[in-house]
Amino acid sequence: MASLASAPAEEPYIRLEKVTRAFGRFTAVDEVSLDIHRGEIFCLLGGSGCGKTTLLRMLAGFEQPTAGRIFIDGVDMAGVPPYERPVNMMFQSYALFPHMTVQQNVGFGLKQEGMPRAQREERVAQMLGIVKLTGFERRKPHQLSGGQRQRVALARALIKRPKLLLLDEPLGALDKKLREHTQFELLNIQERLGVTFVVVTHDQEEAMTLATRIGVMNQGRIVQVGTPHDIYEFPATRFVADFIGNVNLFEGRLIEDEPDHVIIESPQLGTPIYVGHGVSAAPQATVWAAVRPEKMVLSRESPQESFNKVPGVICEIAYVGDMSVYLVRLDSGGTLRITQANAYRHADERLAREERIWVSWHPSSVVVVTQ
Amino acid sequence: MRAGSRALAIALPGMWLTLFFLIPFVIVLKISVAGTQLAVPPYTPLLEWVDGHLQVRLNLGNFLFLLKDSLYLDAFVSSLKVAGISTVLCLLIGYPMAYAIARSGSTWRNILLMLTILPFWTSSLVRVYAWMGLLRSNGPINNLLLSLGLIHEPLVMLQTNFAMYVGIVYSYLPFMILPLYANLEKHDPSLIEAAVDLGARPWRAFLQVTVPLSLPGVIAGSMLVFIPAVGEFVIPRLLGGTDSLMIGRVLWDEFFLNRDWPLASAVAICLLIALVLPIIVFQRYQSREVGAGAGP
Repeated sequence: MASLASAPAEEPYIRLEKVTRAFGRFTAVDEVSLDIHRGEIFCLLGGSGCGKTTLLRMLAGFEQPTAGRIFIDGVDMAGVPPYERPVNMMFQSYALFPHMTVQQNVGFGLKQEGMPRAQREERVAQMLGIVKLTGFERRKPHQLSGGQRQRVALARALIKRPKLLLLDEPLGALDKKLREHTQFELLNIQERLGVTFVVVTHDQEEAMTLATRIGVMNQGRIVQVGTPHDIYEFPATRFVADFIGNVNLFEGRLIEDEPDHVIIESPQLGTPIYVGHGVSAAPQATVWAAVRPEKMVLSRESPQESFNKVPGVICEIAYVGDMSVYLVRLDSGGTLRITQANAYRHADERLAREERIWVSWHPSSVVVVTQ
Repeated sequence: MRAGSRALAIALPGMWLTLFFLIPFVIVLKISVAGTQLAVPPYTPLLEWVDGHLQVRLNLGNFLFLLKDSLYLDAFVSSLKVAGISTVLCLLIGYPMAYAIARSGSTWRNILLMLTILPFWTSSLVRVYAWMGLLRSNGPINNLLLSLGLIHEPLVMLQTNFAMYVGIVYSYLPFMILPLYANLEKHDPSLIEAAVDLGARPWRAFLQVTVPLSLPGVIAGSMLVFIPAVGEFVIPRLLGGTDSLMIGRVLWDEFFLNRDWPLASAVAICLLIALVLPIIVFQRYQSREVGAGAGP
């Protein structure tokens, strides 16, 4: 995978070797091999049922792989029960003990180690300071807001200073405003404590802002591993391109294959696509060209270039505030999705529905995927 | 319209309780302060019209007599003891069963629940008689032990405290299991996972998380066993020894053998008061729990 070269050259902190987990005939996780490095925030991203939660539960020790091995800090985790792993988990539901106070919840892990009360309370106070919950020691979970509960869960999972913190949809239960705030707070805490995070999420936005690297999962397999930028700008497959963000995909054939550029003929689009980089695919092979909506430009006059432009009619405009989404019906019958930033408040030149328009894009904006 | 239907919804159980609980209670209360007389009914009236005077006769002698004769206090204490021991036994047997049912898969769970309730399909009296047959000197249990060579002469089990406890625990076990199951079944399994994840061995996770969270179920089950067990009459009579002194039996004797209705009513009233107190405590506890669980 492309991004492995960019990772630090040290021994991987967490190593998964062909890890498989089958439930009867259903294979939830299928031969996943993965290296995660110390201090990383690694996001497992995928739709529901893609196996990401099963993978997380295997790291925690709640599930055992049917095949393959898991190493954490060089130690094989086979047969190591969850209570002996240097791993803690923040549950999606937070799983706070309802009969215990915030202090008892956060101190629970230390109590299991047999740490004396005074020392425990000191550590709890310190941790509550980090998650900004000082003064809430005596509250019970039901007396807290959603955001506060999330922070109690985080404090409880961090108090034993685990080597690895697993987070299952950490922001899923929070509203939008609180999510953004918590996201940055989570990053801040991770940086301060230097813990390695593995985050499971179905929310690409959450993955993009949190992760140093993302592993995109589909049907039990990891389809692509890379930085958020890699994943977004250089998707390896149609699935990744389509799953992360929005994309306009065109099926076509390579009709010109040069080291510095290729030309793709797409009957769907009705115009040849000029791609400003080489592609490793057989000539005449079926490929897919992907262009992100924000990388397409709308104009009333036909652009100068002789390629990468198509005429069409605006059939729908959705105003979102910071940007507008345009759906353009092409003369060839297809529909394109284009987003434009609303940079000016008084758009005298605002485009209208049913207006004839040209859509164009830069040769470097096209990503070609072969599978 | 809505207020009307709500009033109706409250009125129905209200009427039921008034008709079948409050009025009988008032009648019993009335009899308990009457005097005995050889008549039908066998007690003196509360209100009497004598020479133009309305006389109200309250006879508190029945209650005083209960204190004077140690029989009643002894029977009462012994009933509480029997009920208490039975409750603890039911809890010790019922908790693991309820836990196992709550943890089993949905198919097994329904079968096991069904089996728990199944004995109710037969009359409880028949089931107690069945135990008499099982525990007899020449019953199947003794025969089995004899044929295995474990004992050389039949054990005397019938008419002992052992048989009485077997009967009470057997009869009341479902009342312990069902509320416990209802409680344990609602537990979020991720709480135990969280405890184990934080370093608690499974049995410590059970003691620190499952047990405290199941206390409402423990209390409800214990109430359902303890309260009827205190007044239990049939099982001690049929299975227990002649020396077993239960308040239910005293009540029966006073009522039917001595035909001392006022004294029997006084015993009943005392029993009721003694049992209402723990119920009130339980209600308090529960409303506090409900209040605690009402968070968003």
